[in-house]
Amino acid sequence: MTFLVPMLIIGMYALIFALSMNGGDNIPTVEVIDESGIFERAFDDKKAVNFEISELSLTEAKKKVINNEDAFVLYIPKNISTGGSIEMFAQKKAGLSVISSIERQLNDQMRIKLLKDAGIDSETLDKIKPNLSVVSKELTIEGEKDSSSGAAMAVGFAAAILIYMSLFIYGIQVMRGIIEEKTSRIVEVVISSVKPFQLMMGKIIGIGLVGLTQFMLWIVLSASLMTVATTILFKDKVEQVKSEMPMGKQAEAVATNGPGMDIVKAVQTVQWTYILPVFIIFFFGGYMLYSALFAAVGSAVESDTETQQFMLPITLPLLFTYIMSFSFIVNNPDSSLSFWLSIIPFTSPIAMMVRLPFGVPNWELALSIFLLIGGFIFTTWVASRIYRVGILMYGKKVSFKELGKWFMYKE
Amino acid sequence: MLSIRNIVKQYANHRALDNVSIEVEKGSIFGLLGPNGAGKTSLIRIINQITAPDHGEIFLNGEKLNPSHVSTIGYLPEERGLYKKMEIGEQMLYLAQLKGLSKSDATARIKFWFQKMEIQSWWNKKVEDLSKGMQQKVQFIATVVHDPKLIILDEPFSGFDPVNAQLITNEILELNSKGATIIFSTHRMESVEQLCDSIALIHKSKKILDGKVKDIRNLYRNNSYRIAFTGKLNTPTNQMFSINNEKIEDGITHLTILIDPKFSVNDLLNFLIPQVQITELSEIIPSMNDIFIQNVKN
Repeated sequence: MTFLVPMLIIGMYALIFALSMNGGDNIPTVEVIDESGIFERAFDDKKAVNFEISELSLTEAKKKVINNEDAFVLYIPKNISTGGSIEMFAQKKAGLSVISSIERQLNDQMRIKLLKDAGIDSETLDKIKPNLSVVSKELTIEGEKDSSSGAAMAVGFAAAILIYMSLFIYGIQVMRGIIEEKTSRIVEVVISSVKPFQLMMGKIIGIGLVGLTQFMLWIVLSASLMTVATTILFKDKVEQVKSEMPMGKQAEAVATNGPGMDIVKAVQTVQWTYILPVFIIFFFGGYMLYSALFAAVGSAVESDTETQQFMLPITLPLLFTYIMSFSFIVNNPDSSLSFWLSIIPFTSPIAMMVRLPFGVPNWELALSIFLLIGGFIFTTWVASRIYRVGILMYGKKVSFKELGKWFMYKE
Repeated sequence: MLSIRNIVKQYANHRALDNVSIEVEKGSIFGLLGPNGAGKTSLIRIINQITAPDHGEIFLNGEKLNPSHVSTIGYLPEERGLYKKMEIGEQMLYLAQLKGLSKSDATARIKFWFQKMEIQSWWNKKVEDLSKGMQQKVQFIATVVHDPKLIILDEPFSGFDPVNAQLITNEILELNSKGATIIFSTHRMESVEQLCDSIALIHKSKKILDGKVKDIRNLYRNNSYRIAFTGKLNTPTNQMFSINNEKIEDGITHLTILIDPKFSVNDLLNFLIPQVQITELSEIIPSMNDIFIQNVKN
């Protein structure tokens, strides 16, 4: 696990990179029968579809389609301007990207024609075809610097997903450990030597430290593998640019050279020294809070199968935050709902990670961490009261009411 | 050694222990008896400080029971269990260190016990690879490895074959002769007679009987005698005794009789001698088993 995960992360990174570099499937060739004559100079985009102007008649083309399963024929009737419909013939259904590419180009051409008919010439047309993009710069007292909200978002997402998954993975590990101790009855021997609370906390902290160690290794290994991969992948490009460009322009050129470099550059703009410590605090805080609850569940049951009913209330807030993070918080990071989600201890470990890249005031961060610590002290207290009774209780079908009773028992 | 005073343990809707007081003498082997669900395990858990009583106090060597006593108590629970995936040596070390032994100390003592039980080769084995009886042996070592002054064994013989049960019995006796006080709870009454100096009988959360085994058995004598003879015996006219059981084997008559308290054994002999040839006369002292059943039934 420890060494496999960084490899998987790099593998995924490489896969995304490879896929974004070349389009994927082979490009279909479409024969165009244009009776209208409008689309002569259309169809120059070769990314998704390869076009060929055909001299065949419609009936001949249709025959060809019937005999050849790879043939596509696009038929544009004469009366297209007055409401005729364009048809596409093929044995199999054309892919969504093919259709949308054709539609887009047809519409472009049609618009050009209509504009021309309205008296706007092609020169004017070129002028009114703007190509703008927004360069996002972060302005602080130290000056301005490039930032990539895309990369920041990606890092926030990744951190949130990582916390979400690890809360489950390590929480369930705590729960399983406790179930094992309970069913193997070793627990009675151990708690004749230490207090139940010590045993529970020992287990939670121990597994938490295992988790942290794993994270550290993942981060270090991923970072070093990434550096190595980047160097190998982009070495050629950097040198090529260097030889072609005068000094000074190089950096800029490298930065804008291809999607791969974009990613690398974006990754470099992320404030790792800020995000990493906050991530670790929220991971550990969230883990402590939830694993205490998992511990309580583990102490109450005698097998994995009995855990279902108790898992739901633990899973729900996590799942809720997870969904909210991706549907709401990311679009409205400064709304009051996002604020509260990132403050309430049960949801903050995930929600705060999503908000973090967009900038969170220090006092909010401090409040959230403070409440998170308070939250895990609270859940640990509740869990320990259930745990001390639960681990010695056998052969009983446990309900929430029962758990409440255990909680109320005197020392 | 151990003084249990007026312990009450109340669970939500039943009282597990109701004002139980027991004195265990130093150096004795004490039997804690009672049917299932009587409250034995509750009491044992309280002595081990696993749970706390609602009322009452426990004193160990005159000191009120507190966490520092953990290292002086060894506990073998009724339901045995160890970490299945852990190696035995490592596990023993962990359990011994929990009881406050240093690592080197623990290693030395575990090695000593492994040698004694002839299981040196098990150190690196996993618990799940051992048979149930073997696991019990390991667990017994875990109970006594820190040389506790008070050893509490809950049903120590359950799950042992006769050979290992004898082995454990011998170990218990040896530990006792070296000064350890032993409390054990059991259903096996013959082991009580064989091992215990004193007992307490708990039934339905209350202590209903305690004392030295000899005293208790004497207390439950009821003038029952077993006699065997040859010849013909006339029934006594003065109702000196009543016959509970009669059996004739190879011309010898075996009788179990109950002598009326107004008469003595000598009266019985005077009555018998003129009539028959006596081959056996002995008093029937009730076994702990009988006493147990008699008490629990009432």
